[in-house]
Amino acid sequence: METPAPPSLRFLTGARMFVRMLAVQASWNYETMLGTGIGFSVEPALRALPGGRGGAPYHAALARETHYFNAHPYLAAVAVGALARVELDGTMPPAQIERFRIALCGPLGSVGDRLVWAGWLPFTVLVALLAYGLGAGPVLVGTLFLVLYNAGHVALRIWGLRTGWTHGMRVAGSLAKPILRQGPEYLARAVMLLCGLALPLAAARILGHSSMPIAEVARKSVLGPHALVFLLLAMAALLGTALVKLHGRLDGWRVALLIVVLLALHSVAS
Amino acid sequence: MTLTMILSFALLGAFMGLDVVSFPQAMFSRPIVASTLAGTLGGSASDGLLAGVFLEMMALETLPVGASRYPEWGTASVVGGALYVSRHGDATSALLFAMLGAMITAWVGGWSMYLLRRLNGRWTKRALPALEAGNARVVTWLQMRGLAADWIRSFALTAIAIALLVPLTAFAVANGHGDSATIRAVLVAVAASIAGSAAWKLSHGAKHGPLFFIGGLAVGCAMLLRD
Repeated sequence: METPAPPSLRFLTGARMFVRMLAVQASWNYETMLGTGIGFSVEPALRALPGGRGGAPYHAALARETHYFNAHPYLAAVAVGALARVELDGTMPPAQIERFRIALCGPLGSVGDRLVWAGWLPFTVLVALLAYGLGAGPVLVGTLFLVLYNAGHVALRIWGLRTGWTHGMRVAGSLAKPILRQGPEYLARAVMLLCGLALPLAAARILGHSSMPIAEVARKSVLGPHALVFLLLAMAALLGTALVKLHGRLDGWRVALLIVVLLALHSVAS
Repeated sequence: MTLTMILSFALLGAFMGLDVVSFPQAMFSRPIVASTLAGTLGGSASDGLLAGVFLEMMALETLPVGASRYPEWGTASVVGGALYVSRHGDATSALLFAMLGAMITAWVGGWSMYLLRRLNGRWTKRALPALEAGNARVVTWLQMRGLAADWIRSFALTAIAIALLVPLTAFAVANGHGDSATIRAVLVAVAASIAGSAAWKLSHGAKHGPLFFIGGLAVGCAMLLRD
C-alpha cells in the first residue's frame, strides 16, 4: 500500500517540536518514563487539530501522548514525528494509536542504544582522546569532540522527526535503513581500532618523561623513552581482562574508586 | 577558594548536570569538555583537560541507558577540574585527590539523579487527572519543574562538593608523601584498563573487532617507539 503524501509541517511548528525534543527527558521518571516529554514535544503539532487548543480532539490527543513511553531520547524524534502525523491524519482509532505508541518503544530503544550509546559516543570520545594523545590543546580537543558528536546527534534528531512525519504509522520500515542496521557494526570496529591507537598515545602524553626507577631500567632496554608506557599498558591489559571477565558482576569505576582510595590512603599514611 | 569562585563553578556544574539527561544532552557534560571548562574557569585549561582525560577514560564504560543507575559525570567533572586547578603543592598528589573527589561526586550524583527521578514520578502521579484531561499547561509545568529540580540538584551538588573538598584536598596534598611518579603511573594504568575494557565490552563482538583493536594498539605503540 502506498504511503499517502504527507501534509506539510509548518517550519515554525517543526522548529518548536525540535527544541522541545531537546528536553524530552526533563521529567523522566520510573512510572511514565519519557511519556510526559513525548506529549510536550508533540503538542505544537496538535494545535492544528480541529478546534485548536480548546478543542476536544486536542485534549484527547495530548492525554494519549503523555502516557507511558520509553525509547532512546534521540530516536524518540521518530516517534514524535510519526505520532504527530497519525494524530493529525485523524484516521486511526485511539486504541490503535496507543498500540502503535507501545510498538515503537522497543525498536527505537534498541536501535538508539546500539547506534548512539554503544557506537557514536565512544567513537567520538576516542577521537578526542586520540587528538589529545597526538598533542592537541584544550580548545582543539573539546571543539573536535563537541562538533563531531553533535553533527551526528542533531542530524539524527532532525532525520527522526522528518522520517516520522513523512511515514506516519508506516515508520517502522525506516528503521531498517542500512545506516541504522550496519552503522553500529562499522562503528564498533572503529571504536576497537581507535581504542588501541589512542590509549598508548594518551598515556604517553600524560606520563611525559617519568622519573620512576623501573622506567629508567626499562628505558635502557629496547623499549626506549616510553618504556614506562609499555609496562603500564601491560598492567592495564591484566586489569582490563579481569574487568571484561567480571562483566555484569563488577563495574570498572567501582574498582577504580577502590584503587584510588587505597592509593590516597597510602599517600597520606606513608 | 572565594565564594564567587564556588558559585561560578556551581553554575557551570548546574549546566553540566542538566546536560547529562534533561537538556540538551549534547554531551557538554562529558569529562573531556566539562573538566576542561572548569579548568579554564579556574585559570588553566590544560590542567582541566588533563583531569578531564583521566575522568573520560573512567567514564567511557558508563552508558546513560534509560532506567539504569549510573555515576553522574557532568557535575563530577566540574568538581574534578576545579579541585585540580585550585591546587597548592605537588601536582600529582593534587591530581590523585581531585580524581578521588570527582569519583565520589559522581557516585553521589548518580544517587541524587535516582532521587530526582522518583520525585518526578511523584509529581507526575499527582498530576495524572490533569494529564488525562489533556491539560497542556500541566504538561509544560511538569517539564519545567523537572528541569528546575535537576538544575538545583546539580548546582547544589557542585557547590557542596567544592566547598567541602577544596579544603580536604588541600589538607591531604599537604600531608601526602606518596611518590609522584608512582601515583601518576597507577592512575594511568587504572584509567587505561577501564577505557580499554569498556571499549572491548562494547565492541569486541564486531566482525574482526579484536583484530582492529590489536592493529590500533600496534600502530599506537609503533608511533611511540619511533619517538
